[in-house]
Amino acid sequence: MKSGARINSDEYWRKTKRLTWWLLSIWVLATFVMNWFARELNAYVFLDFPLAFYMDAQGLLIIYLAIIWFYNRRMRQLDAEYGIDDE
Amino acid sequence: MGSLTRLQRYYLYYTGCFLLFIGALAVLEEHGMPPRWIGYAFLFFTISMYALIGIMSRTSDVSEYYVAGRRVPAFFNGMATGADWMSAASFIGLAGTLYLSGHQGLAFVIGWTGGFVLVALLLAPYLRRFGEYTIPDFLGARYGGNAIRLVAVAATILASFVYVVAQIYGVGVITSRFVSLQFEIGVFVGLAGILVCSFLGGMRAVTWTQVAQYVILIIAYVTPVAILSYKVTGNPVPQVVYGQVLKEVGRLEEALFDTPAEIEVRRLFRERADLYAQKIMQLPTSLRLEREQISSQINDLKASDAQMKDIVSLEKLRREMPHDTEQAKGRWEAAMFSSVERATPMIHHAEAFPGNDEEEQNIQRINFLALIFCLTIGTAALPHVLTRYYTTPTVSQARDSVFWSLLFILLLYITAPAYAVFAKYEVLTHLAEIPIAKLPGWVAAWTKVGLVSIEDINGDGILQLAELSMNPDVIVLATPEIAGMPYVVSGLVAAGALAAALSTADGLLLTITTSLSHDVYYRIVRPDASTQFRLVISKSLLLVVAVLAATVAAQKPGTILSMVAWAFSIAGSAFFPALVLGIFWQRATRAGALAGMAVGSLLSIYYILRVEFDSIPLLGISGFNMQPWFHVQSTAAGLFGVLAGFVTIVAVSLLTRPDATAPNFLGGIRLSGKKDVS
Repeated sequence: MKSGARINSDEYWRKTKRLTWWLLSIWVLATFVMNWFARELNAYVFLDFPLAFYMDAQGLLIIYLAIIWFYNRRMRQLDAEYGIDDE
Repeated sequence: MGSLTRLQRYYLYYTGCFLLFIGALAVLEEHGMPPRWIGYAFLFFTISMYALIGIMSRTSDVSEYYVAGRRVPAFFNGMATGADWMSAASFIGLAGTLYLSGHQGLAFVIGWTGGFVLVALLLAPYLRRFGEYTIPDFLGARYGGNAIRLVAVAATILASFVYVVAQIYGVGVITSRFVSLQFEIGVFVGLAGILVCSFLGGMRAVTWTQVAQYVILIIAYVTPVAILSYKVTGNPVPQVVYGQVLKEVGRLEEALFDTPAEIEVRRLFRERADLYAQKIMQLPTSLRLEREQISSQINDLKASDAQMKDIVSLEKLRREMPHDTEQAKGRWEAAMFSSVERATPMIHHAEAFPGNDEEEQNIQRINFLALIFCLTIGTAALPHVLTRYYTTPTVSQARDSVFWSLLFILLLYITAPAYAVFAKYEVLTHLAEIPIAKLPGWVAAWTKVGLVSIEDINGDGILQLAELSMNPDVIVLATPEIAGMPYVVSGLVAAGALAAALSTADGLLLTITTSLSHDVYYRIVRPDASTQFRLVISKSLLLVVAVLAATVAAQKPGTILSMVAWAFSIAGSAFFPALVLGIFWQRATRAGALAGMAVGSLLSIYYILRVEFDSIPLLGISGFNMQPWFHVQSTAAGLFGVLAGFVTIVAVSLLTRPDATAPNFLGGIRLSGKKDVS
């Protein structure tokens, strides 16, 4: 760990937790809530695909990748902010 | 991206080498090299590559053997996880499932990728910060005591062993099909392929061979469908253009599904199904009547001066009749189900939750979402995937490597639906309503192997869609031939499938042996064992478990593939609640976790057994089949198991005294609490 930086690590954990719950709810929304309405979404067309088919075959996967990318980026920032440097 | 690291350069050379090898084989094929030799060349070349890496990575260090010395960079750990994760089922089976079930099949794509979101957010960073060797290690340290460790080991073995058997079985199928080795010999070739990767170097060797296997499997998966896509649409990127093809498929479906001939064929199959149902109901009388009928036919023929040939064929028919009621019931039920399947109207590929009325659609919707839930949680709880995140140098790299894992896995999963759509397009344009004598050659070739079956039930000499039935595996295996590519591409696909099966088998095998040697032997039986002796134990166990798995696979257990689907439910309900609550809820106690793991996994197993089976002769139980709850299929049993696991852990934890050691442990992995670091 960085020397001299007295870390308020409870706050670090609180922020980590908040970020985690936010991203998890995006996952739930995109996966379960959206798919509940798949039949209705299929009325729209995207890149020649029925929309729900596109989302399930490609869109969701890209959203998942984006969630992880964002989490990693934000955690790196938090690590720097609180002087956390693992190993 | 700046300059490449030494490792990246090595793997770039290796990839180049592999591409050159394919090119060379293509040239040789032009000059008349027989297909069988091409198959052998792929088998020999790839396995010796893996062996070379395996031998170069040999080690006698415990940390290297269990977690590759925690020196695997995020990028490569992602690749290795990709190969570790994508099994023979993903490589061969997924596209076929998507072909058969259309939009409903996408639950697999979503579940198997969405799991990594949970790994990234809830598990990987904490497991890495904890930094031991196994999942039972983590649970043991968090909750304390050997009981939880043993329960975790049992669940690990339960979920992983069936899975590893299925991989070795897959190797047997692939080798027997592409290089016409006998199935049992193929299984032992597979065993050799697995052992060269893992025996000498443990996790370190497995990691670096998995990276090599990923390269082969992704090239093999994408190449045929890219060529097919280029032939059909003029664009070699199937993922981008198959929307267009899907639209065309939809149009063809409208035109072909309900022609008078199709409706007639479906009616004929329904009648046949009814006939079988009747015969099954009237057992054993119906069996006796049928036998008598054939016997009297034979006697009539013998009395008249009929051809000997006819009599012999009738006698053969009589010999092949079911011997007893049990057998008759089994066979006729199978025949009935296959007729029912052919009699059901086909589903439109892009339709979500297909069903005739609101209620049927709702059942499909519930099952779709339940299956996604189970596969997601299962993915995030399979020990052989989770242990991979112990191998990175830092927590931050563990997080990054989940990103790379998903990216590498996504390349295959985003391609699979395209495979299905292109295959369907080919079937609808080149097979449907075509005279059976004029069908393309690949149909006959795969009919011979028994993966495609055609029955002209209405006798019009033309193939109706309902008369065609395909084994899901055929989609990926036959695409090279469908697109009219040279045999070298088929060989490449076989090499890819082999890589997928071997890499997963290695990861699983190592997880099982590490659980036994580290968690049971070292942690519980003999904590004072020397490191050298621990390695000896690990290696011997690896050998024993591998041989055991190969022996089981050589028996060709028929239900093994559905058992793999159940492994997700079992692993999910055993591990996920205990791990997640263990990290995020300080109040979770040992008693709670133990109860939750037991209740969750037992409930899943109970549900699977009661929905799938009617009797277990081994235990003398019969007639306990039940109606599924809320219409949920047994593959999604984990829905109940996981929820029950969470509820049990919370309830029991609140009833027991808080764990005194939990705050300290959690402070360590969350980096919370008032630690005064300066």
